[in-house]
Amino acid sequence: MRTLHKSKNKYNLKESIIVKILYVFASISILTTIAIVVTLLEETIVFFREVSIIEFFTSTKWTPTLRPQNFGVLPLLTGTMMIAVGSCIVALPMGLGSAIYLSEYAPKNVRKTVKPILEILAGIPSIVYGFFALTFITPLLKTILPETQVFNAASASIAMGIMIIPMVASLSEDAMMAVPDSIRQAAYALGSTRQEVALKIVVPATLSSIGAAFVLAFSRAIGETMIVAIAAGQSPVFTLNPLDSIQTMTGFMVNISLGDIQQGTIEYKTVFAVAALLFAITFVMNMTAKAIVNRYKEEY
Amino acid sequence: MDIKMKIENLNFFYGELQALKDINIEIESKKITALIGPSGCGKSTFITSLNRMSDLIEGTKVEGKITLDGEDIHNSEVDVIELRKQVGMLFQKPNPFPKSIYDNVIYGPKRYGGKRKVELDEVVEKSLRGAALWDEVKDKLHQSALMLSGGQQQRLCIARCLAAQPEVLLMDEPTSALDPLSTLKIEELFDELKKNYTIIIVTHSMQQAARISDNTAFFLNGELIEFGKTTSLYMKPVNSLTEEYITGRFG
Ligand SMILES: Nc1ncnc2c1ncn2[C@@H]1O[C@H](COP(=O)(O)OP(=O)(O)O)[C@@H](O)[C@H]1O
Ligand SMILES: [Mg+2]
Repeated sequence: MRTLHKSKNKYNLKESIIVKILYVFASISILTTIAIVVTLLEETIVFFREVSIIEFFTSTKWTPTLRPQNFGVLPLLTGTMMIAVGSCIVALPMGLGSAIYLSEYAPKNVRKTVKPILEILAGIPSIVYGFFALTFITPLLKTILPETQVFNAASASIAMGIMIIPMVASLSEDAMMAVPDSIRQAAYALGSTRQEVALKIVVPATLSSIGAAFVLAFSRAIGETMIVAIAAGQSPVFTLNPLDSIQTMTGFMVNISLGDIQQGTIEYKTVFAVAALLFAITFVMNMTAKAIVNRYKEEY
Repeated sequence: MDIKMKIENLNFFYGELQALKDINIEIESKKITALIGPSGCGKSTFITSLNRMSDLIEGTKVEGKITLDGEDIHNSEVDVIELRKQVGMLFQKPNPFPKSIYDNVIYGPKRYGGKRKVELDEVVEKSLRGAALWDEVKDKLHQSALMLSGGQQQRLCIARCLAAQPEVLLMDEPTSALDPLSTLKIEELFDELKKNYTIIIVTHSMQQAARISDNTAFFLNGELIEFGKTTSLYMKPVNSLTEEYITGRFG
């Protein structure tokens, strides 16, 4: 007799083994994340037993490897923000412009060739952008503005901006392509020009995706290491002049990791404190991007 | 008889494909002209050539003459923006902008010249009343247009057209995506609308054409088979093809 009851046949067994394996894989990535956070926090707590948290966030001197030691993270923070803001100033208009062009203006065959090129641009290792900044952008800046230092924030920002253009462009363009043509037709039928369709209909309709792309780009710029390590300098000075040599949080971490700092020392622990701060900032930014997308759903 | 639009010897090509063949029609002012015919016979092509929306499709070619109030719409002096302002269009699927109800209605007026807030408020109320939607939405003008039902969205699209102060309204199967009740609501609107506007409506429902239109044009394979008063076209069609179509013997 046929039955609807579960039978313990080999298919069920195979199925359950596969599910278990997948579960283990998924768990590994979650466990790794937890382990990273725990390690960061542990060392950071130890660090703040020795250094006042107030000094950390208010002092404008950062000299953990020199005597007298100063642990004010502000120079690293301003350095990081200067780079992030600078690269967004480059990436935002160019990325958004490319997205608008590709989705609203470009003929099909142009889009077909340009999109893959953008993706290749996204795949270039960041160290290449770092050397591009140092050997091309910096000399160029120097001829225009002679007071530019050999290592400077502006050059790294421009290179990083170029690097994240594809990210901004591709996320925004995907959202724009999702706007149904029927809506564009409605706008054209009301006498709109192409430019009005792009700027008054498509861009407003995809504002939340564009916003999210932005926040993600910003977060990416904050966490990026290679370009700043090569081109931005290693001077944690509290400055807002983009032509100066600076140091970012990531740049500092690379610097310490490459030096011969003893494990367990306070200098060593600063890396964890800075890393925890970096983690917190990028975490908040990524959550913000998610929140924007969820809060302002793009429906048609 | 007051003629609003006159179409003479119109040929339309999508690349090699000729979608319209030597069409001649006179559209009466402040009357409803219905276009009927089986799917693929060129009704949409015809209607989109009247506000030159067909310009947006690559590789098309138009021959012949279309005049609006005696002016050739293909004349190089003609501004398509001005043309589309005077010849509004309603689509098969409601396509409100992903904006508020209010912002949908003022899209046209705002772009045809910066109006003040009070004026815009007036336009919004008048247009929504004209589309028989005001009472349903007056308390939620600033909510998203996408919250509305399909029938309400289509009436919002009508309001959006009216706000641009057109003289001719083109409608391409405006009720075919709607339920019978919403369809009825829109059909009831037509009598009111034709007091002020010249309406050209594509419909694949012959009953709808019979109910609402003054004149009817029957298309088949890109050709205009018969055109005349709706009553006479239905009661005593001249062409046997028309008779076959309206009695449902094909298509
Ligand atoms: N964008 C287009 N490109 C090529 N051919 C088209 C296009 N739109 C319509 N056609 C063709 O033109 C003819 C008429 O189509 P259409 O005007 O949409 O008919 P209807 O609205 O009466 O169903 C059909 O043969 C159709 O395949
Ligand atoms: Mg059609």
